[in-house]
Amino acid sequence: MAKFKDTDIQALIGNVLRAGTIISISIVFIGGIFYLYRHGQTTAGYQVFTGVPDFLQRPGSLITSAFNFRGQAIIQLGIILLIATPILRVICSAIGFAIEKDYLYVGISVLVLLIIFASLLNGHAG
Amino acid sequence: MSVLLFTLIILIGSYFAGLLGSLTGLGGGVVIIPLLTLLLKVDIHYAIGASLVSVIATSSGSAAAYVKEGITNMRLGMFLEIATTAGAMCGAILAVYIPTHYIAILFGVILIVSAILSLRKKAEIIVQHKSYLSEKLKLNSSYPTANGTVNYSVNKVGGGFFMMLFAGIISGLLGIGSGALKVIAMDSIMRIPFKVSTTTSNFMIGVTASASAVVYLQRGYISPGISMPVVIGVLFGAFTGSKLLVQSTSSRWLRWVFAVVVAFLAGQMIYNGVTGKI
Repeated sequence: MAKFKDTDIQALIGNVLRAGTIISISIVFIGGIFYLYRHGQTTAGYQVFTGVPDFLQRPGSLITSAFNFRGQAIIQLGIILLIATPILRVICSAIGFAIEKDYLYVGISVLVLLIIFASLLNGHAG
Repeated sequence: MSVLLFTLIILIGSYFAGLLGSLTGLGGGVVIIPLLTLLLKVDIHYAIGASLVSVIATSSGSAAAYVKEGITNMRLGMFLEIATTAGAMCGAILAVYIPTHYIAILFGVILIVSAILSLRKKAEIIVQHKSYLSEKLKLNSSYPTANGTVNYSVNKVGGGFFMMLFAGIISGLLGIGSGALKVIAMDSIMRIPFKVSTTTSNFMIGVTASASAVVYLQRGYISPGISMPVVIGVLFGAFTGSKLLVQSTSSRWLRWVFAVVVAFLAGQMIYNGVTGKI
C-alpha cells in the first residue's frame, strides 16, 4: 500500500461529508412527504414551546414509528444522521491521523470527540 | 394556518435565506430565525433548533467540496474545534437558563456585528513569521492558487483559540454558525489568508453545531415539522448560491442589500426582545 497522506484523509473526509448530507437529506425529504400526507390539513401550532412528541424522544419508539411510516419519526431519524455526519468526520480524521502516525492530532481529534460526548451526556441528564 | 401552508412558507423563506446566506457568507441561520419567530410567531427554541440543523447541512455539504480542493487547513480546523465544541456545549447549556427575550436581544446584536464584519474590505495577507505554537502544532501550511502553491504561517494561536471559544458559545446559544466570528478570529488575529480562513471556518461550523445539537435534540428543541422545510430549503438555497458565486464575481451590491435587510431584522429582534414579545 502506498503511503497514506493528508490528501487521502481529505478525500475520505470529503466523501463522508457528501454521502452523509445526501443520505440524511433524502431521508428527511421522504419523511416530509409522509408527514404532509398525514398531517397536511391539521393546524400548525409552534407558538408555545412544548418540546416534541414523546415517541420521538426514545430511540426504541422512534425507530419503530419510522418503520411504521410515521413521517415525523422518519424526518427525525434523518436529522439525527445529519447531526452525526460531522461527528463521523472527526472519527474518520482520527483514524486517518493514526495511519499517518500523527499522534498529536489523533489526541486532538479524540479530545473533540470527548467534548461532544460530554455534551451528549449533559443534554441527557437535564 | 394549515401544516401544508406553513411548510410551504418556511420552505420558500428558507430557500432565499440559504441563497442570501451563501452569497454573503453570513449563513442561512441569521435570516431563518427572524423569519420563524417574527413572521410565523414560532417559539424561539424551535427556531434555534431548526436553524442549527440547517447550519450542519450547509456546512457539511460545502465542506465536502472545499476539503477535496485542499484549501481547508484541516489541522488548524481540528485544533480550533476543541475551542468551538467546548464553547457550543456551554452555549447550549446556557440557553436553557437564559430567558428567551434576552436571547432575542443578543441575537439582534450579534446579527448587526456580523453584518458590519461582512462589509469589511478583505485584504489578502500572507505572513511568513512562524510562531512557536504554530510550529509545534504543525498549523503552518500551504494552499493552491491560480499562481501556484502559496505557503503561509499562523500567528497568535492562543488569541485565535480564545476567540473561537466565544464563537462556539454564540453558536450554541443562538443556533447560528457564527461564521463571521470564526473568520474574524482567523483573519484578524491569526493572520491567515482569506480563502483559507473562510473554508476552514466552514469546515468547523458543522461539528460545532453538532456539539450543541445533541443537547437541543434531547431537550425537544429540534421539531421535525419545522426542521424538515428549513433544512431542505436552506440547503438548496445555499447550493444555488454557490453556483451563482462561481459565475459572478461582483457581489458587493448584494452584500449591501443583505446588510440592510439584516440590520432591519436585527432591529426587530431587539425591539421584540425588549418589549418582551419574544
